[in-house]
Amino acid sequence: MSSTEQEKLMTLPKKKLKILNWLWVLLFVAGLFISTNETKTDLGALFANFGEFADIFLQMLHPDWSYLVTVVPLLLETIKMAILGTAIGSVIAFIYSLLIARNIVKNKAVTGILRIIMNIIRTIPDLLLGAIFVAIVGIGPVAGVLALAICTFGIVVKLFYEAIETIDPGPIEALTAVGANKIQIIVFAVLPQVITYFISYCLYAFEINVRASTVLGYIGAGGIGLYLQQTLQIFDYPKTGTIIIVIIIVVVLIDYVSSKSREALMQ
Amino acid sequence: MDTSMKKLPPRPIDIKKRAFHWLMAIITVVLIIWSCTGIDFGGIKETAGQIAGAIFSGIFHPDWSYVYNGTGEDLLSQLWETVCIAFLGTFISAIISLPFAFWAAHTKHKHWYVSRSGKIVLAIIRSFPEIVLALMFIKAVGPGSAAGVLALGFHSVGMLAKLFSEAIENLDDGPNEAVTAVGGSKTNIIMFSTLPNLMPALISNTLYRFDVSIRSASILGLVGAGGIGYPLIIALQYRQWNRVGIILLGIIIMVVVIDWISGWIRKKLV
Repeated sequence: MSSTEQEKLMTLPKKKLKILNWLWVLLFVAGLFISTNETKTDLGALFANFGEFADIFLQMLHPDWSYLVTVVPLLLETIKMAILGTAIGSVIAFIYSLLIARNIVKNKAVTGILRIIMNIIRTIPDLLLGAIFVAIVGIGPVAGVLALAICTFGIVVKLFYEAIETIDPGPIEALTAVGANKIQIIVFAVLPQVITYFISYCLYAFEINVRASTVLGYIGAGGIGLYLQQTLQIFDYPKTGTIIIVIIIVVVLIDYVSSKSREALMQ
Repeated sequence: MDTSMKKLPPRPIDIKKRAFHWLMAIITVVLIIWSCTGIDFGGIKETAGQIAGAIFSGIFHPDWSYVYNGTGEDLLSQLWETVCIAFLGTFISAIISLPFAFWAAHTKHKHWYVSRSGKIVLAIIRSFPEIVLALMFIKAVGPGSAAGVLALGFHSVGMLAKLFSEAIENLDDGPNEAVTAVGGSKTNIIMFSTLPNLMPALISNTLYRFDVSIRSASILGLVGAGGIGYPLIIALQYRQWNRVGIILLGIIIMVVVIDWISGWIRKKLV
């Protein structure tokens, strides 16, 4: 073996330079510059005023525990809103998913139109829905429940119809072969295969709803967010701290219980 | 003819399981009934149907003059600002998330409490209301989109670092061992085995988070942290339903387009 060949073996093959990858990086960096410019984000300003930020944070870390008594009733209302919103939303989602699953409803035009409606509903963020419903039904928990119901609908329907579409077609064919009607097919062939998924998705939506419901009150849609807004407006940060700590505890607790029960369900 | 086969064997009944299911069902029903108490459903304004109709007709008869008028206060420039907030916020949170992800990934530590503590910190960050964070940043950098960027950047860490840490936990050990076997240092391991393997998951999770951030960014304006939320809340307060309609339409189109683009990129990655 000549020495040049040996040298060749010692060096690693060169990586091919991909122009497309560099283009992506270039695009990305350009995006960063443009968006920094557009939003006028200046990290220097943050560090210069960091004392201000830290001060609020420190005040929140010294919560006013006497405020707890006032907070608890609205906390319960928040949880109630989340439960009701989840219940209403998931019932609607249940029926709607059956209507847009292509292995149950064969009419492509119907499923197509219903899917477009679903996708449009899914795009609107929860707080915006809350703000709109406050304008429609007035200030109070009803607006929150309606907003949460639509959010739940958006989350559950997408996951559930995909679950329905991936079921084993065998049982459906078997029931069709013995002359069952649509409802019998759904009850005896479809639901037994997907009902655990449905419950799991509802729990997942519930977790998200608990989180969302804690801030809905900020815009007047009921729940603990109302106090959040009141205390922040009068700069009473120790009280805000109490609320936030309560929110964090409740959210983490419900998250934990719900994710554990989802794991148990899926076994 | 022998007819004994016509009868099916009885279904196996698991009493414990059945009782458990009934118990769960009853608890759920009781919880739902409990939730109905204390919420005043009578408080709905009589004008509700009218306003809902007005918003709907606003969506179909939008205020086109608001789409673009060159003042910088129009729909397109506000939507563009929202996209920029989401983009920069996601970028910041992706960078902050990396160290947090390595902290929370349990395959990287010998002691269980290290990763557990990381996971708890992330759960707390996740649960800290975004709006409050935005208000705190408004105090620090003044009202405007910069506060929105920072709030998004810090809030997203909770979710993004969790996704990242799960990606790290799912990594295959093989490449790491291979690099160690040929004498690579810790830095070599990270440079040549961990990061290249992690990259697709990181990018795809970040893109997913970008989708979520777009929605969050359109909310942050409600508290004055920039973006499309502010003109929406103003239009709602002044009952300009046509304007509400066009803003909603704008948000829906923006979210659909961004979802579509990021889904396309994610598909190319896999």
